[in-house]
Amino acid sequence: MPTYSASEISSLGGDRETALIAGDGGLQFVNKLRFSITGIGAGLAWLAFGLSCLRWPDIGDWPRTEAVAYTAFAIAGGIAIATTAQAALGKFGDGVQRRAPWLFALGVFLTLWELATAKFGWLPLPFFPPPQSIVEVYTDDLPKLLDSAFASVKLQLGGYFIGAVVGFLTGVSIGWSRLAGYWVHPILRFIGPLPATAWLPIAFFTFPSAWSASTFLIALATGFPVTVLTWSGVASVSTAYYDVARTLGAKPSFLVTKVAIPAALPHVFVGLFMGLGASFAVLVVAEMIGVKAGLGFYLQWAQGWASYNNMYAALIVMSLLCSGAITLLFKVRDRLLVWQKGVVKW
Amino acid sequence: MVALATAFKPAATGASLDVKGVSHAFDIDGSVLPVLDDVSISVASGEFVALLGPSGCGKSTLLRLVAGLEPPRAGTLDEDGVAITGPYPSRVVVFQDPTLFPWRTVWDNVALGLEAQGVLKTQRHRVDAAIDLVGLGAFRKAYPHQLSGGMAQRVALARALVNDPRILVLDEPLGKLDSLTRITMQAELVSLWQRNGFTALLVTHDVEEALFLANRVIVFSDRPARVTADITVDRPYPRHRGDPHLAELRRQILRLLGLDATW
Ligand SMILES: Nc1ncnc2c1ncn2[C@@H]1O[C@H](COP(=O)(O)OP(=O)(O)O)[C@@H](O)[C@H]1O
Ligand SMILES: [Mg+2]
Repeated sequence: MPTYSASEISSLGGDRETALIAGDGGLQFVNKLRFSITGIGAGLAWLAFGLSCLRWPDIGDWPRTEAVAYTAFAIAGGIAIATTAQAALGKFGDGVQRRAPWLFALGVFLTLWELATAKFGWLPLPFFPPPQSIVEVYTDDLPKLLDSAFASVKLQLGGYFIGAVVGFLTGVSIGWSRLAGYWVHPILRFIGPLPATAWLPIAFFTFPSAWSASTFLIALATGFPVTVLTWSGVASVSTAYYDVARTLGAKPSFLVTKVAIPAALPHVFVGLFMGLGASFAVLVVAEMIGVKAGLGFYLQWAQGWASYNNMYAALIVMSLLCSGAITLLFKVRDRLLVWQKGVVKW
Repeated sequence: MVALATAFKPAATGASLDVKGVSHAFDIDGSVLPVLDDVSISVASGEFVALLGPSGCGKSTLLRLVAGLEPPRAGTLDEDGVAITGPYPSRVVVFQDPTLFPWRTVWDNVALGLEAQGVLKTQRHRVDAAIDLVGLGAFRKAYPHQLSGGMAQRVALARALVNDPRILVLDEPLGKLDSLTRITMQAELVSLWQRNGFTALLVTHDVEEALFLANRVIVFSDRPARVTADITVDRPYPRHRGDPHLAELRRQILRLLGLDATW
């Protein structure tokens, strides 16, 4: 429904038609304004969150309550404007509009959480910190948290990369060569199913540093699923493809790199996803037990001080990082496997 | 009629093929399954020979031996008098399933042979020419899952032809196509063969197709396959499906296959 009340809004450069109709460029912009129920609802939910912060006094000592409230108001306003002017804002407007129901749910959740913790204490306090105390971690303890996140990413990347490469090469060789299969398969069956964390005590003694031990364990956790799935991918390539390539003059190296590996790639990615999940678990445990850095260590340290807000803050960062890593892997997969139809969207 | 007569004369670039006393068998769970029984076929350079036989008699197996994908248990196979010991791109097979590589575009599929032989860099134009030849110029960048069955089989044909084979081995390449596409592609095959002059060895289960395309039709027995007839189809190209001479040959062949009662 067009709203004409905002006709003062400056011109965005009206086209010929608007000029003919009204001679007023602003009308074109105004014509694009649409109130969206979900957008207004989401704005109201965030408004409620902000108000809930200010309406009642905190039952504890949290310096960021007001800042959180004003941020909530800003977000509420942002949502309302972005959804109303959706058509004029292009992609950004569409994005906010599409997420409006979720933004609404989030606003409601935050309001309830605020009331249940900071205001009325329905949830037992040290274990369920209010939103503003988690925000406080991000504003006041940011350097330490960033350091920890950086350390985790570094450790994870190194171990995952080594594990993925070694696993891939091992998988290809045992899938391709009978001899490699003969020697590697029993070892794989014996060691592979063992949870990588079972190696922790030994690894921390035998490796020169906790960092190298953890890298090894992460690589191990990644390597096993990657190996097995690469192997099964290579082994299940239809012989018809090899026949075609051979009659066209392909040599064995061509059959491996241009037939077996591309054909096995969908399997390889399943292995890479499984390896990613397994390696996250090892990373956190290794950081909690041996490495004196990283988000796992931060969690452990926060627990020692019973500062649950720090733990939740670290958990949120951890979840964003893990989810980001998986998103990245999906992106890589979608690029490499464009030829597949109906790939799962993450 | 003059054009037909000249078209009948095969070009000289095809290789001759000699199959001499070839027998083959498979081991299945310890027992031996004989598949080819003393098969001898001689195909002249540039000839188009069709192989007909009951399903499962061993036709595809014979083609695999010709392609060099397997060695025969007994007998010899020669290309231009030289023994066939392994696959070589002068003998290219078009299989019943197009077997396109799903991770490669049409262009990359057709380029496969040149790439495998390490000559793609200097021969890229041949890939484009082969794709144009089968009329898929607009689909260079398409992936196999975006193609219809007939288009996929055309790509498989282009992938074979780009290597300029001296013997083109066709294993029921049109078997899975709808009848309209099949008739179109049969005509295309004839003109490709006439233009390029390769030797063609075609397995088919369609008697009419064999008679429409081939200089000679070889009929096999039930498994283990033996040659039961070698029929020369002495008609000029392009042939007409209503040709009474071909109808008579078809009756004859169906009788050999034990199917005359149904006609
Ligand atoms: N690799 C193989 N291993 C065992 N048996 C096979 C193999 N390939 C084909 N056969 C058998 O050989 C026989 C002939 O097969 P084939 O040559 O494919 O027949 P067709 O004449 O229909 O093309 C069939 O009975 C088939 O089961
Ligand atoms: Mg067959």
